[in-house]
Amino acid sequence: MGKTIVRGALLVAAAVMALGVAGAGEKGGTLVFAGAADPTYLDPAIVSDGESFRVAQQIYEGLVELKPGRSDIRPRLAKSWSTSKDGKTWTFVLQQGVKFHDGTPFNAAAVCANFNRWYNFSGPFQDASATFYYQAIFYGFKRNEVSTLGKPLYNSCRTKGPHKAIVKLNKRNGPFIMALALPAFAMQSPTAMAKYGANQAEIRNGTFYPTGDYAFKHPTGTGPMKFQSWTVGQSVVLVKNKQYWNKKKYGSAIDRLIIRPISNNTARLQALQTREINIADLLAPQDVGTVNNDSRLRVRDRPSFNVAYVTINSAKPPTNNILVRQAIAHGLDRQSVVKAFYGGRAVVAQEFMPPSLFGWAEDVKKYPYNPERSKQLLRQAGLSLPVEIEFWYPTGVTRPYMPDPKRNFEAFSASLSQSGFKVIAKSAPWRPDYVKEVNQGTAGNINLIGWSGDYGDPDNFLGTFFQEYNPQFGFRNAKITNLLNKAEQETVVAKRVKLYQEANREIMKFLPGVPYAHSKPAIGAEKRVQNYIPSVTGSDPLFPVSIGGQ
Amino acid sequence: MLRYVIRRLLLLIPILFGVSILIFFWVRLLPGGPAESLLGERATPELVAAYRERYGLDEPIYKQYIKYVEATVQGDFGVSVASHRKVTDEIKLRFPATIELAIGAMLFATLIGVPVGFLAAKRYGSVFDHASLFVSLIGISIPIFFLAIILKYVFSVRLGWLPSVGRESVTLQTEHPTNFYIFDAIITRDWSALWDAIRHLILPAIALGSIPLAIVARITRASTLDVQSEDYVRTARAKGLPPRVVDSRHVFRNALLPISTIIGLQVGLLLSGAVLTETVFAWPGMGSWLRDAIFNRDYPVLQGGILFLALVFVLVNLVVDISYAFINPRIRYS
Repeated sequence: MGKTIVRGALLVAAAVMALGVAGAGEKGGTLVFAGAADPTYLDPAIVSDGESFRVAQQIYEGLVELKPGRSDIRPRLAKSWSTSKDGKTWTFVLQQGVKFHDGTPFNAAAVCANFNRWYNFSGPFQDASATFYYQAIFYGFKRNEVSTLGKPLYNSCRTKGPHKAIVKLNKRNGPFIMALALPAFAMQSPTAMAKYGANQAEIRNGTFYPTGDYAFKHPTGTGPMKFQSWTVGQSVVLVKNKQYWNKKKYGSAIDRLIIRPISNNTARLQALQTREINIADLLAPQDVGTVNNDSRLRVRDRPSFNVAYVTINSAKPPTNNILVRQAIAHGLDRQSVVKAFYGGRAVVAQEFMPPSLFGWAEDVKKYPYNPERSKQLLRQAGLSLPVEIEFWYPTGVTRPYMPDPKRNFEAFSASLSQSGFKVIAKSAPWRPDYVKEVNQGTAGNINLIGWSGDYGDPDNFLGTFFQEYNPQFGFRNAKITNLLNKAEQETVVAKRVKLYQEANREIMKFLPGVPYAHSKPAIGAEKRVQNYIPSVTGSDPLFPVSIGGQ
Repeated sequence: MLRYVIRRLLLLIPILFGVSILIFFWVRLLPGGPAESLLGERATPELVAAYRERYGLDEPIYKQYIKYVEATVQGDFGVSVASHRKVTDEIKLRFPATIELAIGAMLFATLIGVPVGFLAAKRYGSVFDHASLFVSLIGISIPIFFLAIILKYVFSVRLGWLPSVGRESVTLQTEHPTNFYIFDAIITRDWSALWDAIRHLILPAIALGSIPLAIVARITRASTLDVQSEDYVRTARAKGLPPRVVDSRHVFRNALLPISTIIGLQVGLLLSGAVLTETVFAWPGMGSWLRDAIFNRDYPVLQGGILFLALVFVLVNLVVDISYAFINPRIRYS
């Protein structure tokens, strides 16, 4: 009798527990997406991290946006735009009938209010950690308070009627329009920002800290989803914007979107397996097989928008010699590394930007793996073999473009050893030590590093690396600098394409490093997740996603 | 008694002062710094230098320490470098999560460990006794991290009985006035939220409670064996008291004393174990927060968070010491 009761109780408990596991997405059109961390704030103008941008992508809209799964742009809140002959004046014709979530109208005055807000940022807002992207694109503020800031690109904004905003820049700038697709430049309600103190912040113990409520509780955009709640460490909850202006094209297919932070890769995968989440970002390479073997799940590709490369420091002997740099390029077995350590999720890179971006050139100088050629070049440089080079790699990290740095290093090290080099291995923990050494130009002759693109412009790759003197690479090359300056100041895309192609040819001739992989980061998703198109930058539009069987 | 408590509370001042010095200098011994971490991968050497100069990070370390103490005394732990939120606000959010987890783990350890240890002692030398010793040895030896992953794999992934991450189902919209989710569910009479919170707590509490369970079971067994051979137990038996009464009145009560000490000491173990458990179960508590802070060189979080935990640890042990007096009337503090 007693045994029967115990057995019965256990069965009931098991049944209740099983019933209690509510599958994410099964009720009322809810999509649960897991990233690696909480957003920093919900005011996109003062953040620079992908987790914050992902939430912003659903709440806010910019004047332009990236085409789904691509790096080129298309209109969003701006119906169209044009530039003046001198390339300094940009006229945006705006969509009509658009309202912010607080019911106030989106119009030309709101556009100017947003541009002027960024331009007039002062005090704590001029901190690089607060307005990184504004500073990267617009260089400086109305009154610069930090020595590293430059002359501002932005000049002024005026309205011409309610639906036309005219933005004046201080000089021609090509990346400007592409960068407007960044969530950092999304349109926010001027009324809500004033009401909830969006421009209030202070610096505490050296850290930027918004003191108003806007960035935590009242983010107000025009997007298909509205903010509902944010429980730090648990979830951000967004709900469908029923008053959305363009339901036909961008309307939300779900009633509710929950974005939750799960920092541990295994925990994120297990939550996907248990149906607690529908989509798991940043699937670890070793987990791709597990997802593929699960009949309910599938691996989704984030389009490649990154580059992994071996930096060659041109300021240090012997890598200050072009023959040695060429010998290194011929001594790196890139094909084998990409084949062995990227699980079929990468292609060999031949230049410092992904092929999907305009300005990529097919005819750059190529350096196939050839140990004999390497040795020949080293002898030609007057060096006796083996030639010592210090080679750095990071520990304790996987990056989307470099899932297994140590193994990449070991393989490259072996191929260099066969090519007349004696490798002196050095390593450091990724952050902040390794990145600091690389940025300072103190991470050996060569080191492993990479870059994930922020927006669809070659300037975000080539301009970041080579437009100004960069201690990481340690060289000055007037030809490359001039080409990149010209390309930055050009607004006609066809001309920019040619300038960047030329710059790519020059860069690969000079060899400040050897690009070796463009990877496709993996995302785990349930098979019933439909219309999910991963963004190149990670800021996926999640509102069009629907879940089969709901 | 009151004088004893006041003296112990005053002792907190030098203890916390010592802890603050240790933490302050320890975090600065770590390579790198908050400037690099704050500015991320895109930090150029110029930006890092400008940042350090602007915010006094290149000031002499003693000056930085004085500033830190001045702010801390006023209850200002600063702002997290990573999350940009006030450290005190984050503690308010995260401490209840860790305490709820620690209480769950301790309940699991005590409710199972004490009866198992007691029964093992009563059946000294039996198969049950040997089995309990063996299982407790495994409990101590198995890494929490590994156990947590196995538990999740079996009960969440394979059987689908329990959730694998977080403190509650995100699809549930519940109120959290105190951030102690179980308590919140009870005071708001939200029984579905209560069941949900308990279900989320079960696996992390088992993972975190496995080592304390083993320790509590072993100590209970040893303590019960000691007490059983005491004169007063023999006298009670000789008086003809039924075995059940001897066990409950004389053996069990006296055997509890060392167990309460152990439970107090386990608090430190639970807080350190929480780092791994919280990470694996995406439990938004102090442990996973401090782990991330180490990677981010988040000085304010490390300084504020560890100082706060040190305070909690000392206070819990004070409460345990005081509770002796209630468990054992022979103990009097002066």
